[in-house]
Amino acid sequence: MSDWHNPLRDKRDKRMPRIPGPCGLVIFGVTGDLARKKLMPAIYDLANRGLLPAAFSLIGFARRDWADEDFGKIVYDAVREHARTPFRQEIWDRLEEGIRFVQGTFDDEASFGRLAETLDKLDAERGTGGNHAFYLSIPPNAFQTVCEQLEKSGLARQQEGRWSRVVVEKPFGHDLNSARELNAVVNSVFPEESVFRIDHYLGKETVQNILALRFANELYEPIWNANYVDSVQITMAEDIGLGGRAGYYDGVGAARDVIQNHLMQLLALIGMEEPVNFGPRQLQAEKIKVLSATQLMQPLDQTTARGQYAAGWQGSEKVAGLLEEEGFAKDSITETYAAIALEIDTRRWAGVPFFLRTGKRLPRRVTEVALIFKRAPHLPFDKTMTEELGQNALVIRVQPDEGITTRLGSKVPGSQMEVRDVNMDFSYGSAFAEDSPEAYERLILDVLLGEPSLFPVNAEVELSWEILDPALEHWASQGKPELYEPGTWGPESAAEMLRNMGREWRRS
Amino acid sequence: METLVIVKLPATTTNEVNKKIIGVREEGGAITLSRVLTLVIAPDSEECLEDSIEAANYASREHPCRVIVAFAGDRKADRPQLDAEIRVGADAGAGEVVVLRLQGELADHPSSAVLPFLLPDTPVVSWWPAAAPAVPAQDPLGKLANRRITDATNSEDPLAAIKSRLQGYTEGDTDLSWSRVTHWRALLATAVDQAPHEPIKSAVVSGLKTEPALDIMAGWLAARIDGPVQRAVGELKVDLVRDSETITLSRPQTGVTATLTRTSRPEARIPLARREAKECLAEDMRRLDADEIYHEALQGLDKVQYV
Repeated sequence: MSDWHNPLRDKRDKRMPRIPGPCGLVIFGVTGDLARKKLMPAIYDLANRGLLPAAFSLIGFARRDWADEDFGKIVYDAVREHARTPFRQEIWDRLEEGIRFVQGTFDDEASFGRLAETLDKLDAERGTGGNHAFYLSIPPNAFQTVCEQLEKSGLARQQEGRWSRVVVEKPFGHDLNSARELNAVVNSVFPEESVFRIDHYLGKETVQNILALRFANELYEPIWNANYVDSVQITMAEDIGLGGRAGYYDGVGAARDVIQNHLMQLLALIGMEEPVNFGPRQLQAEKIKVLSATQLMQPLDQTTARGQYAAGWQGSEKVAGLLEEEGFAKDSITETYAAIALEIDTRRWAGVPFFLRTGKRLPRRVTEVALIFKRAPHLPFDKTMTEELGQNALVIRVQPDEGITTRLGSKVPGSQMEVRDVNMDFSYGSAFAEDSPEAYERLILDVLLGEPSLFPVNAEVELSWEILDPALEHWASQGKPELYEPGTWGPESAAEMLRNMGREWRRS
Repeated sequence: METLVIVKLPATTTNEVNKKIIGVREEGGAITLSRVLTLVIAPDSEECLEDSIEAANYASREHPCRVIVAFAGDRKADRPQLDAEIRVGADAGAGEVVVLRLQGELADHPSSAVLPFLLPDTPVVSWWPAAAPAVPAQDPLGKLANRRITDATNSEDPLAAIKSRLQGYTEGDTDLSWSRVTHWRALLATAVDQAPHEPIKSAVVSGLKTEPALDIMAGWLAARIDGPVQRAVGELKVDLVRDSETITLSRPQTGVTATLTRTSRPEARIPLARREAKECLAEDMRRLDADEIYHEALQGLDKVQYV
């Protein structure tokens, strides 16, 4: 009945949180880091905030020979160690009642038969109502097998009055072609509206705040264009190395791992036009528009840079180079640093380069978006007065220390007119953060609610690859990446790249 | 972690206090956080004062704010006097707490004492943790505020208190008994989302006589559904009756786990502890616009049948 309206719901009732209906979440790959450090704690935190339905069930699927209790113990330990909200026994007790484990392998039909049985039983015992989300926290090469098994066992079937959704994690392919294949595989079983691709950056409060900053304020939008902005720098730096992650990272590299998804999404949110509303389709339309107008600046040998960290000192610690990290090929040409320059061919942005960079073993962990403004055209100051004045900047600090910084010139107190850069700061502060949900909480909740706004669709994924592919191909023909010292801001070629364009990287 | 600094300023002036606040912040190296509002608390006893500061400190971690407590002491004192106390850091939450004890004639002019401490250009929330004025918006401390929060739970006659809120209602009023049942309401709404999509024919809300949260929940149901709503005294539960089923959400009075039962469906258990005042307060500070649903629930209260 489509004209049914729940009398207890009212749009004006902004207090009332949305709690999903009865459902179960099946996690494939429960032994992985992501499941233990992010998913399980997020589920507990959701329960603690009262946002999970009464009959919520959590089902683990793995090869291990575990009973329900053994899996329960794994979840318990993960929750105790990583949950953000305080542990409360009564919350855990309820969650534990709905925990099940199914032992099996991806290629074994019987295992999925058992999974279907378990889910049926939960539907009957706990009233999960046939609503299931399948979280594929597994390597992409297993997607096809699992999707096919889900289809064969009938679990993926879309039926009236119940839902079946699939959640996939990056990487969504390693180039445009493979992304298309992967999407075809997933879409052959689950229709696009039932596919939720997690880009956890979109679950972050600071990233969602970009929309508020831009479109709820009158202050910024008028200067948010090529008339005032000189260039944009989007940075995601990490201080850690890749020890222990060779299996995932070798052959993938920084650009595929970070730029194609997180940084492209940030670029889309910064560069897009105002959507008519925040509905999923309207948001996606704007993101797709701006990504369609985006391309790499040429020539690539001058507008891109890549590097690989060497052995050396990072901060107070002596660290190994990538080639000495366990599991990496001794002649690996995988880049651990990548920088690209993009142009967006729209009225708003034509002529403004967008610099995207990411790397491991950089001086500190930071993700930020910086809009660097043009210099004031005519300064009634002579040169000595403004020697210390840089360009104005608006910096959105995504993590850590979430907030916004405005850099502007200010008179130095004294009898002379001298202008120097100062910062004006807005901070979400440790105070705010205390209760702000983790990105995964928000995203898991949205999956259970069937709310797709924060998940990139097929077209966005493919467009991002289309933009990045020429750089990947160019690098593939260039042999070894340039080495850089750990604990520095990347290879010399990255600095060179910006110098050639008359600019320099912010020290983030 | 910063340490808590308490500065006592007996027999002082608002001017002195304001200077001292700046001084304390600078000396302690406490960073001025971006505070989003000023919370004014009007407790009616010393005990209530400490409890409400604690709740405010909790809420200030979600809503960084300056907390000003205006406490009327001995009104009959010969001379008007202001005794102030500033608390900054650690336990003072994410802002600073200014306690103003007003005596003598000054006790009748709390807004004069509070005004110099309101943060510029940010909203003001006034909160009466126990006894509240009949028309909060007309009260001197209510006039300052964008949002006025009362709490019928702590008044002597909770039912009379919550019923009287309609008469004194002005846009921007809310009552913590209302935020106390937000999760109950959400669970009921989610249950009604599920098939069968039949109208709710009637409802019963039952529980302790002195729990105004149940009265306001009954009022809410009475405003939303087309059918009788009863408020009974007895075990803690809500029944929603539809043609083919009854949805019941119940909980032992002092328990932390609720049970959701529906005709011919498995029972579901869910954590649903009674919400503490501090959580209710934090929720109430989240929105400063008029809560129309609350207003309708107050109106619905008149339709509720007491059995």
